[in-house]
Amino acid sequence: MTATTVDTVDPQVVRTARPTPARIPTTRILAVELRKSFDTRSGFWLMASIAILSVVATGATILFAPDSELDYEAFATAIGFPMAVILPIIAALSVTSEWSQRTGLTSFTLVPHRSRVIGAKLAVTIGVGVVSMLLAAAIGAVGNVVGTAITGTDTIWNVSATELSYIVLGNVLGMLVGFMLGVLLRNSAGAIVGYFVYGFALPPLTFLLAQSQEWFEKAQPWVDFNFAQGNLFNGSMSGDQWAQLGVTTLVWLVIPLVVGLRMVLRSEVK
Amino acid sequence: MIKVESLTKRYGGFTAVDDVTFTARAGRVTGFLGPNGAGKSTTMRIMVGLTPASSGIAEVSGRRFADLPNPGLEVGVLLDASAQHAGRTGREILTIAQRTMGLPARRVDEMLDRVSLTPSEAGRRVRNYSLGMRQRLGIATALLGDPEVLILDEPANGLDPAGIRWMRDLLRGYADQGGTVLLSSHLLHEIEVIADDLVVIGQGRIVAQGTKAELLAAAGTLVRTRDVPTLARALVDADLEFSQTTDALRVDADPDVVGDLALAAGVALTELRAADGAGLEEMFLELTSETQRESIREGAAA
Repeated sequence: MTATTVDTVDPQVVRTARPTPARIPTTRILAVELRKSFDTRSGFWLMASIAILSVVATGATILFAPDSELDYEAFATAIGFPMAVILPIIAALSVTSEWSQRTGLTSFTLVPHRSRVIGAKLAVTIGVGVVSMLLAAAIGAVGNVVGTAITGTDTIWNVSATELSYIVLGNVLGMLVGFMLGVLLRNSAGAIVGYFVYGFALPPLTFLLAQSQEWFEKAQPWVDFNFAQGNLFNGSMSGDQWAQLGVTTLVWLVIPLVVGLRMVLRSEVK
Repeated sequence: MIKVESLTKRYGGFTAVDDVTFTARAGRVTGFLGPNGAGKSTTMRIMVGLTPASSGIAEVSGRRFADLPNPGLEVGVLLDASAQHAGRTGREILTIAQRTMGLPARRVDEMLDRVSLTPSEAGRRVRNYSLGMRQRLGIATALLGDPEVLILDEPANGLDPAGIRWMRDLLRGYADQGGTVLLSSHLLHEIEVIADDLVVIGQGRIVAQGTKAELLAAAGTLVRTRDVPTLARALVDADLEFSQTTDALRVDADPDVVGDLALAAGVALTELRAADGAGLEEMFLELTSETQRESIREGAAA
């Protein structure tokens, strides 16, 4: 590295009054946020892992599932698990890295309205989630065709478009939980641990509680977000189940998200 | 231009920034000087909207920072060169800023060239950068949008002497073209060589401000003698304010006045000169000593 002097800098005359620049368009913020979710090694591999794990899960289903059960649902279930783990992590990290890696110092001075940056992250997160799930569904479909060709059984498409859209919705809700924890905690490790506690440690506990306590068994559909969300993966939703999903989403997702967003907008970025 | 008016920031009972008012003018380099923890960084964060003020106004180019439609094109900001995603390359960090501002892609190469980062260095991840390289990258990000105002927090940190000289020339040239430069430092000498105007802050309050020439002129006279008590008595008799350092006196008067007085008192002097900056340095040391953790060495203060 050598030091240069000002003489090498392009000669400029004294500044004159310049026109006020145009406001940064939202599309540009979206594009930048999308780029930011791919441009680090960790971000890239998280994204790549969606495709990789979908292929692995598909391969495992072909290898290990009994021939009689080799239908599209088997593939969808196998692929669904890694998605439920990775997508919320992607969502949480998109927010927390601004604090944990302290990039917020630059991001929030280049775009001084944090709501625009966070809003773009939310849109990108949902977009990435939906595209990933469609990609995974396609990989699963290929697996279904290839797998049944290998075993010589009939190719069974037993996941309807409605069911698929429920699965997408369920996973988007999971991502939003990750996003909410990211906004609320603004700490990568905290948000990821929080998600695992919520998504994987809590369900067995509430299951046990529901088994032993009758009152909780009755109340569970209305208070347990995991439980209400789980119905989406069972293929059909009654009016009651939609209402339960709405109530639990409001309490466990929307309200904490709003609280977190208010904190993000007011907090200090250091 | 940067205008700060009655800016105050309180954290519970602690006042980090206390009624701070100053203006950084176009065409000049304004040095923001103060010991660690004096409130420099907090003031700068408030200016760019990262920290909400408890009260008061901070304006850049006549507007609140949040009201700037595309701030990168109007204000170049470098608050902490290490606040970057360690996994991004230098070039990628500049590219993100370039895209956010909506600038042509060639600006990235121009800026890398301007801060003397080679293409291979720019392709490395920031985790492998030295502090000096991070500072250069931070300066490149700040300069990317060719803004009229620069706000830089301790930009010389981590630079080698050649780097500091480069930074000085760069900022000088920037101000000479009509730009406004505000840079902070906790090192008096670092800021003395580059700033036109000085704002000195201590414990959240502004303790001195003005042009460098004014602040240095107010420094008075430095005088040395082997017979300090006699000279001190003569100064007291003449009603002159003075202070004593290890082996010299600093007098709030011109050198010729002090010389006449010494002659009249029959004191032989070993040195008599205008105390360039000594007053400023003393004030700065006083400021620092109130907050510093080490006890003052004996004899330093008489």
